[in-house]
Amino acid sequence: MTIRTARPNRGQRFRPRTHCLKKLDAIVVEMQDPKNGVKGSEQKLNVTTIPHAITGANITAWICNKMKTSTEEAQVFGTMLVAYGYIYPLQNHRKLVMCNDSSLYRFQTPYFWPSQQWVPEDSDYAIYLAKRNIRKKGMLEPYEQVDYNHLHEWLNHKWDFIVMQATEQYKAGRDRNKADRVVFDCQERAFWIVNRPPRRTHSALDVGPERLINPNVEEKITFDQYRRVNIFYQQAIMRSKVKSSVSLGALVKYITSYKNHDAFLAPCLPSNPWETDHDAYWTLNMRRVDVPTKMRVERWSFSLFELLTDLRGRDDFKIFLKKEFSGENLAFWEAAEELKWGTASSMSAKAESIFKTFLAPGAPRWINIDGRTMGLTVKGLEHPHRYVLEAAQTHVFMLMKKDTFFRYLKSPTYKEIQKKALSPEAHNFSPAQLEENARNRSAGIHPIILWQQEEEEKAKAAAASAPVDVKAVMSKIDRKK
Amino acid sequence: MCDQTFMAATFGPCDSCSKASPLMNIYIKSEAINYCSFCVEMMACQGLQKGETLASLKKESENLKKKLEEERGKLNDVERNQVAEKVEAVAALSLKTRRVLKGHGNKVLCMDWCKDKRRLVSSSQDGKVIVWDAFTLNKEHGITLPCTWVMACAYAPSGCAVACGGLDNKCSVVPLSLDRTENLAAKKKSVAMHTNYVSGCSFTNSDMQLLTSSGDGTCALWDVESGQLLQSFHGHTADVLSLDLAPSETGNTFVSGGCDMKANVWDMRSGQNIQSFESHESDINCVKYYPSGDAFASASDDATCRFYDLRADREVAVYQKDSIIFGASSVDFSLSGRLLFSGHNDYTINIWDVLKGTRVSILFGHENRISRVRVSPDGTALCSASWDNSLRIWA
Repeated sequence: MTIRTARPNRGQRFRPRTHCLKKLDAIVVEMQDPKNGVKGSEQKLNVTTIPHAITGANITAWICNKMKTSTEEAQVFGTMLVAYGYIYPLQNHRKLVMCNDSSLYRFQTPYFWPSQQWVPEDSDYAIYLAKRNIRKKGMLEPYEQVDYNHLHEWLNHKWDFIVMQATEQYKAGRDRNKADRVVFDCQERAFWIVNRPPRRTHSALDVGPERLINPNVEEKITFDQYRRVNIFYQQAIMRSKVKSSVSLGALVKYITSYKNHDAFLAPCLPSNPWETDHDAYWTLNMRRVDVPTKMRVERWSFSLFELLTDLRGRDDFKIFLKKEFSGENLAFWEAAEELKWGTASSMSAKAESIFKTFLAPGAPRWINIDGRTMGLTVKGLEHPHRYVLEAAQTHVFMLMKKDTFFRYLKSPTYKEIQKKALSPEAHNFSPAQLEENARNRSAGIHPIILWQQEEEEKAKAAAASAPVDVKAVMSKIDRKK
Repeated sequence: MCDQTFMAATFGPCDSCSKASPLMNIYIKSEAINYCSFCVEMMACQGLQKGETLASLKKESENLKKKLEEERGKLNDVERNQVAEKVEAVAALSLKTRRVLKGHGNKVLCMDWCKDKRRLVSSSQDGKVIVWDAFTLNKEHGITLPCTWVMACAYAPSGCAVACGGLDNKCSVVPLSLDRTENLAAKKKSVAMHTNYVSGCSFTNSDMQLLTSSGDGTCALWDVESGQLLQSFHGHTADVLSLDLAPSETGNTFVSGGCDMKANVWDMRSGQNIQSFESHESDINCVKYYPSGDAFASASDDATCRFYDLRADREVAVYQKDSIIFGASSVDFSLSGRLLFSGHNDYTINIWDVLKGTRVSILFGHENRISRVRVSPDGTALCSASWDNSLRIWA
């Protein structure tokens, strides 16, 4: 266990999230293979002839063929290659996209690939801009001019060195032959477009804030870390596991049950609000509808969890429990949930009221749990903690899950709601109606208002079902006498 | 639902110090005991005993790891693709962009749906958190945080608040209001305090508790009202990048994924790490539970998404393709769990058939990497947030 604090300074040697670069390197090398790679040729650009220029269409076709993908995907992949600087466009050099036509591209020299360990520093960029300035004043783009001025201010202490380097490189460049010089200039320009993009454009090399872990360094593990890991492995080995056939079977069963409820796989009735701009689907499935839809009622039968999570289903379940005079189990479960997820300050008060209502001997809504669990719970309540009711809550939940839930599904209450449930007709909007819908999208009710309504209803229900205080009633009757 | 955590004893007197507290279920020489987290720490940090050396502990660790793999292998009686053969294929999907939410001036880093199925909150690199009604494209609230790179945001279950955090090492809760002109930033409350950036946050079943993951390698559970740390989770050896709460009736576990290539499952009550999966080859960017709570998926920089079965305790599927080279940053399941949506750094969203392991479809449209994909609570739409400053709703 290590808690990291200060942000480590690894200088500029660390390149995070470069897992994809190794694969990209391999692919680009393959693309340049003289026999099976992308077909290139000499092209005339302005006055000079550029060797090994390739068209966007050829690159896209090669990627399509190699990776067996659609043209659209191949174009996306090509764009990534350009964005990362493996390939650069010759004509519109500032737009880093792959066009699936006859626009020309060239492969970048491996020296400038992003997978190289060195990171382009500001001083390198300053040297590059200074060199271009020496060659021909006024050749810098506006954003480059801004950068140049900024660097001049920022790196003023090094400026003599920078100018000296720039002059050296300029002179060395003049000694090369024209074709080589043009090629190198293009490559260098492409490199800096990728690494120092103009304002308001995206750079593929931007990866966000650096992660603290350095994958290049082997972490030293201490003896207490090994101990903790061993403790973990021991309990993991002893944990009971289920056979694959059983657990995979359960996953398939889940998918099959919910298939018709998944809007991506089966049509949404009456219609998917996002497709038709009509929110009937949401209105029909609101929290407090009188009559739920058939799909919703069907979902309640999938598991007790579904029934309880859908508050409308929980209401229906409560009606059934009231008829059976066994509402205290669910009431206890709800109260325990509120304790678990409530604020830390409200805990002791809640624990006390739960004890008085559900667990104390002779309590008005006494729940029937086994002696051992009762003993543990009552003892734990002496120093209440948010998980003190875990054992009792689990017991009660399992009772409801294994017995009450199945009786509910067979009960007249459920059968009645199944019969009453709505089966909305599918919408069939004409294009004109769809436009109309798009203009009149309803705002719905704000969740804060719904929440307030819900809280009011809860308070009303709690007051109505509060156990009758016999002593108070008796004393009232006495006083009347 | 994971029966194991459901039935285990997690609160009571510790076998070592007798204090009543949340318990970790561990084994000392194959004997099951229940210790509180403090006693477990004491046991781990004890000085080296006679005959114990760093090398011997390391060897024991490797042996135990092998034994765990053996145990997992014993129950491996059928492969996922065998089971999937009997299931019919998914029909062709045609998802279109239904809404484009423009309004952020910078990269959108995170988003979360509200339980009302139409509102969502999104956060961006310039510190802005916006609450949208995605159906009508209204921007309902805008909150400006004093920090940049707000990497985590979450909508409260009641719909009355949002939580957000990032490079400020904090996670704050902002209560929303019906008054559109109110300055919400004034009522912002700092809840979580970490020693490094906050990478993910999520409310539990109520507005009162917040679960956060951080670059400092830990996850933590906080009480919103008081800002008190209720439980901390140690076990990752690198930045924790993502977390997700189990959608089960008990709601007692959550999974976290980090830069140490591990996905760990934790018991929220005791802070114990109960399961761990280490099969990715690079940082895990996102983890998400399967709708039934019995499995989860993870997305990683190694360009694969993997599917882990929690009851059988092993990896059952790897979703990868030769043409997918760029890391996956986010995953989510459709409502039935049949489809898996993964957002990648090459600006695309891939849709996988969870059972058969094949790619069903690919979505184009964003102009920069996808930071988050989330299916709406009723499964009717998919929202994707991207570094191209926009969010898209697909249906």
